[in-house]
Amino acid sequence: MAKVHVPFDLRHLAEGAAVLELRGSCYRSLMAVLRDRYPALEAALVRDKAFVLDGEILDSPLLEAVAPDSEIHFLPRLGGG
Amino acid sequence: MSEAMDFKVIGTRPIRPDGVDKVTGRASFGADFSLPGMLEGAVLRSPHAHARIKSIKTDAALAAPGVKAVVTGADFPQVAAGAIEGGEGGGDFADLAGNVIARGKVRYHGHAVAAVAAQSRAQALAALALIEVEYEPLPAVLSLDAALAESAPLIDEGLMTSGLPEPATAPSNLASVIEMGNGDLEAGFAEAALIIERRYQTPTVHQGYIEPHACVGRWGQDDQAMLWCCTQGAFDVRSMTAKVLGQPVGSLKVIPSEIGGGFGGKTTVYLEPLALQLSKKSGRPVRMVMTREEVFRATGPASAATIDLRMGFSQDGKITAAEATMAYEAGAFPGSPVGPGTMCVFAPYRIANFRIKGMDVLVNKPKAAAYRAPGAPQALFATESAMDEAAEKLGIDPIELRLRNAVEEGDSAIYGPKFGPIGLRACLEAAAAHPHYTKAKDAGVGRGVAVGFWFNVGLQSSAEVHINEDGTVTVIEGNPDIGGSRASMALMAAETLGVPYESVRVVVADTETAGFSNVTGGSRVTFATGMAVVEASKDIIAQCCSRAASLWSTDEDMVEWRDGAVHPRPGVNVEATPLSLKDLAGQAGRMGGPLLGKASLNARGAGPGFSVNLCDALVDQETGQVQVKAFTAIQDAGKAIHPSYVEGQLQGGAVQGIGWALNEEYVYSPEGVMENAGFLDYRIPVASDLPMIDTQIIEVPNPGHPYGVRGVGETPIVAPLAAVANAVSASAGVRMTELPLSPPRVLEALDQA
Repeated sequence: MAKVHVPFDLRHLAEGAAVLELRGSCYRSLMAVLRDRYPALEAALVRDKAFVLDGEILDSPLLEAVAPDSEIHFLPRLGGG
Repeated sequence: MSEAMDFKVIGTRPIRPDGVDKVTGRASFGADFSLPGMLEGAVLRSPHAHARIKSIKTDAALAAPGVKAVVTGADFPQVAAGAIEGGEGGGDFADLAGNVIARGKVRYHGHAVAAVAAQSRAQALAALALIEVEYEPLPAVLSLDAALAESAPLIDEGLMTSGLPEPATAPSNLASVIEMGNGDLEAGFAEAALIIERRYQTPTVHQGYIEPHACVGRWGQDDQAMLWCCTQGAFDVRSMTAKVLGQPVGSLKVIPSEIGGGFGGKTTVYLEPLALQLSKKSGRPVRMVMTREEVFRATGPASAATIDLRMGFSQDGKITAAEATMAYEAGAFPGSPVGPGTMCVFAPYRIANFRIKGMDVLVNKPKAAAYRAPGAPQALFATESAMDEAAEKLGIDPIELRLRNAVEEGDSAIYGPKFGPIGLRACLEAAAAHPHYTKAKDAGVGRGVAVGFWFNVGLQSSAEVHINEDGTVTVIEGNPDIGGSRASMALMAAETLGVPYESVRVVVADTETAGFSNVTGGSRVTFATGMAVVEASKDIIAQCCSRAASLWSTDEDMVEWRDGAVHPRPGVNVEATPLSLKDLAGQAGRMGGPLLGKASLNARGAGPGFSVNLCDALVDQETGQVQVKAFTAIQDAGKAIHPSYVEGQLQGGAVQGIGWALNEEYVYSPEGVMENAGFLDYRIPVASDLPMIDTQIIEVPNPGHPYGVRGVGETPIVAPLAAVANAVSASAGVRMTELPLSPPRVLEALDQA
């Protein structure tokens, strides 16, 4: 199962969990699982955070496949000058 | 990419393609465009830092000689809240619209209240004086402490803090809170033999681009509009302006001019929606050009920041724990770069136990905009100052202290993901061996060391490669060239196609000609748009191979591209003379039509950039003046496509960082009026202030790019603040924790020491 690291400031929306192990073969199915379990967390992640799959910040994750051993982080969105 | 690539043109230093136009004055910048019947626009700006607008009367202005149109906030649609797309973390459309022109309330001195278009600029300015605005002045909030005070006047009465564990119950000036953490903080501090705990402060500063904002807008009777403007992103101007005006994106064509500096400050819109609305009302094209004073008063500065930092170290210099509470000024609307700041503050180091809190805070100043590596210089000024102090107190060489804690490939960044190949250790080792570091210091001189970091990003890019009938190459891209990207694109196209650099011409096209590309920012263009150019060039190669194979009546896998021509693969029994790009281009019409390669992508694999800066500084003990005696910038570029441009980025970032460290700051009156809105009083460094900035490029290839490129545009401004402050602290004999290190501040510190 993929490891989803819950951002420190959103852990209260996941009953304090730092890491969730979720079943999902792609971004969409993973987020659907998350939405079922922690709807407020899923909403906050989609609204405020960038999706990071196995160390890579992905600007367009909608079509991404997720491997069973993938590690997923959510980061503040990045800007640039 | 392979580390053993044998480059033919990449890594060379050809003449820049825009050079002649720029040195001869032929290049056309934002203010250089004109159209028949064009009017001149001007903006009425708020004389208050914070006030309610009770009424605006424009009749007299509209009746003034030469005036053709007047607009106020009432002429613009209400824009619904919604995130600005484009990957730049660019904030919210409603805030953007509210910043373009005030509605109901002015939030900073200089906030646009109305705009006029007239036959001459003098007539427009005269008409501004005839607009009657009745204000109800409100108390101005000008500092982080004042903004966060319990009784602080509210800048946005509807602003509820986001990011709190429980929803906010009352509005405040705190727009959002972000927190990160890991490990056991107190256990880490309990292990520490040394704890450095200080408050670090940086001022509001401006990007300081030489070219003021300027545009020409023309609204057509068919509701199709055109904008000519200086910008870092024509597509972003298109989407932002369309949203502010309530128009479809496809109704607006944006033509980017040459650009006289941006540094992040030209990734948003100010004048563009005003010019188009004035054009719509007047039926004439309208040009608008800011004065330098307007640039200071109304365009995006970089956030002032206050960072409370605590770092614990073992006796042998290992970081045992680190904590940062970071407050960044957003200006009058939410959106400071505190998020990236929280991710950068400890990014160069392995730290098991840490806690970081970031706060985005409204104040009555212009809305903050991006400035090279937004949020990082402030953050690493704090950390790198503390590292320097720790090295001094532990008796460890400052580079050695950093080497003992430096992140390497495979380490998890404090913000989560694992690093791929990175060049921090290589930069530190190069710094330790550099003649600047190994030579003895002159008497009284202090030497400072600091590390810089920036993520670099990918995002969306498009490119087309057109092969002309004589085999020359035209590359079409949509990213304004602010740092030499035309030369870099030409080099990458030439390398891929196997043709001379001189045969490639790169065109930065408008939004109806080029494919969509995100803004020129985030150190992404040479990486991401370069990747698109390489892909489009490979598309050409595939077409050439296909045509040659057909011509030779063989299969495509029996031919290969080598040295700018299609050859039969070694061992393939084909009677054929190699076909060059020129050969195939000349026959293109008889072989299926023009050769046109294209690529569009959302680039993945951006590689983070690390740097190390060395600074020697001498403090005049009587006047407090600081002289920078020597400065060296060392940075991992991945692969330097055009080394001279990379060196230029390192030097430019160093100079801007030195200015931020030594002199630059917004000086406000108690009423919130900026008192130094000009380059005479807002002092950026000039050549005579500086030594030659030495550079050293480190190349740890980024495997995410076909030629190993990392971005290089932003990391260079991150380390100089602390490098200078550490040198000044050493020379002065007193730890300096608040920027700028201007003579009065240094003198005060010397007096108190």
